Amino acid sequence: MDDSLIKYDSGTGLPDELLTLKQWLAEGRKVALATVVQTWGSSPRSTGSHLVIDDQTNFVGSVSGGCIEGAVVSEALEVIDQGQPKLLEFGVSNEEAWEVGLTCGGAIQIYVEPVV
Amino acid sequence: MKQTILARIFEDRENKHPVALVTRIDDGVQALVYKDQPVFGELSLSSGEQSRVKNMLHSGRSGKLPESGDAVFVRSYVPPYRLVIVGAVHIAQKLAPIAKEVGYQVTVVDPRRAFATQERFHGVDLICDWPDEVLEKLQLDSQTAVVTLTHDPKIDDPAIIESLKSNAFYIGCLGSTRTHAKRIERLSEAGFADSLQRICAPVGLDLGGRSPAEVAVATLAQIIQSRYAR
Repeated sequence: MDDSLIKYDSGTGLPDELLTLKQWLAEGRKVALATVVQTWGSSPRSTGSHLVIDDQTNFVGSVSGGCIEGAVVSEALEVIDQGQPKLLEFGVSNEEAWEVGLTCGGAIQIYVEPVV
Repeated sequence: MKQTILARIFEDRENKHPVALVTRIDDGVQALVYKDQPVFGELSLSSGEQSRVKNMLHSGRSGKLPESGDAVFVRSYVPPYRLVIVGAVHIAQKLAPIAKEVGYQVTVVDPRRAFATQERFHGVDLICDWPDEVLEKLQLDSQTAVVTLTHDPKIDDPAIIESLKSNAFYIGCLGSTRTHAKRIERLSEAGFADSLQRICAPVGLDLGGRSPAEVAVATLAQIIQSRYAR
């Protein structure tokens, strides 16, 4: 991931990820936006945090401390492909989450939508 | 998300309008809700729903819309917190970029032309003028932090007075304990004795560092602490 793609603009107050999203769209990439919609217990990223993903698995931002980004990116590829949004849930009671390692003991709901 | 929605969010933020993106999770249909502008987008919201969204937007909160049965999500995009740095000095050169990185909108003010140069402050709002006039125009509010760094009472004091008159959530002033004692005397005489406890001086958390960059980190840390201690 080339750092130069990450633009900072505190002047607008928008998360850096949205600025990258705009740039990727301008480049003609297919893009999905993931957003934390709810958290339970200890979760590293707060509600509203964004992860932006393109169809080449490039991503910026975060929805956890790095534990579940891999899983969200692969779900995002499907969202981009099918053009339909998806609600994902990760938690300690969720076996898949255990595999991808949400070790903080919290649970998290993430909404992934295509940007069209 | 449709690109028309995204474009509109960018437009709103350019104009510093707080905006809430409202999403029906089931099918992804969305609308933008404003404090005092009509709703934009395909998702229709009852007046009750709209006012609950506006409540969340007002306090900058994101999350599931109350009473929506987990069906609707609200993402509030609100203008950033601001940091006004008085004194385009070496510490300011270190403080401005890291504060920007943390998400503050940074403005540096200094009436001295030799200090207030774009070359020294690349990519930061820079105003070469007297701080009392500038700070009044900037309309300091409860989402603004002010740091004075010049050591010169002619520049710092008017800025501090303007800050004390405002609801700025943080006021930090560079200078030793002795310098601050003299400052307290002057500001007391000027009639601000009752609000002087708002001033953080010597500026910054006591991390022990002395270099400009270390003082900048300590100052930003104290600003973050003040913001969340409220």
